[in-house]
Amino acid sequence: MPIATYAGMAVTINDEGFFEDPGQWTEAMAPEIARAQGIDELTEPHWQVIKFMRTEFAEKGTGPTVRVLGKTSGVSVKELYQLFPKGPAKMAAKIAGIPKPRGCI
Amino acid sequence: MSDPIQKVSIIVSKGSLEGVYPALIMANGARAEGIEANLFFTFFGLDVVHRSTVDHIKVATVGNPGLHLATMAGGLPGVSSVMTHYLEKKMEKLDIPPIHEFVEMIADTGAGIYACKASTDLFELTRDDLIEQVMDIITVGEFYAMAAGGEIIFT
Repeated sequence: MPIATYAGMAVTINDEGFFEDPGQWTEAMAPEIARAQGIDELTEPHWQVIKFMRTEFAEKGTGPTVRVLGKTSGVSVKELYQLFPKGPAKMAAKIAGIPKPRGCI
Repeated sequence: MSDPIQKVSIIVSKGSLEGVYPALIMANGARAEGIEANLFFTFFGLDVVHRSTVDHIKVATVGNPGLHLATMAGGLPGVSSVMTHYLEKKMEKLDIPPIHEFVEMIADTGAGIYACKASTDLFELTRDDLIEQVMDIITVGEFYAMAAGGEIIFT
């Protein structure tokens, strides 16, 4: 398993860069992961989505799909793609330190 | 590992529920992976972007062996509606949006939605007959220009 260092801490990630153990994630790591994804600065709406991802994962054991994000996170689908151009569910999951959502929708 | 796919152009030529969903799921899934996607609606696929038909796309219950329903039974009045309703209920449980909402969502993901000029001419449709998400009515030549450098999927 590859090891990455975020905010001075070594964490285990998979080949695609997703956290193996979401428990290793801290908020301080998010800006650094985001920069590696091409997001220079995490704005308030970014954080709103990241926190929503963490909450959903904690409750359901899996990250939400883009449709669920658009309906319940308070950020519209259009805006989600502006915030996370390379795929909101996937990018936000990576930045939030949770596994890649596996839904098809 | 092969180079990742950067762009897909998906042609939708069918107007049945089972003919339409795969294309929509692939377009939406492409955008979710950060892949550029364009949808091109042609022939009966135009029903998906036609204001008066988009909310009435049905499962083909005749000539559809995958349904495991006798052709005679499939042809009875109302059978197509019942089967469509049944599938829609199942899809709702799986969080798959109804077709109209799905097209709107796909447009919001930044995918391009286009109608085929030859088909709109054939069915005598104008821009006003089509849902607002349609960006343009384009020719096959314009489609190829748009699809250049990416994958083309015909459904």
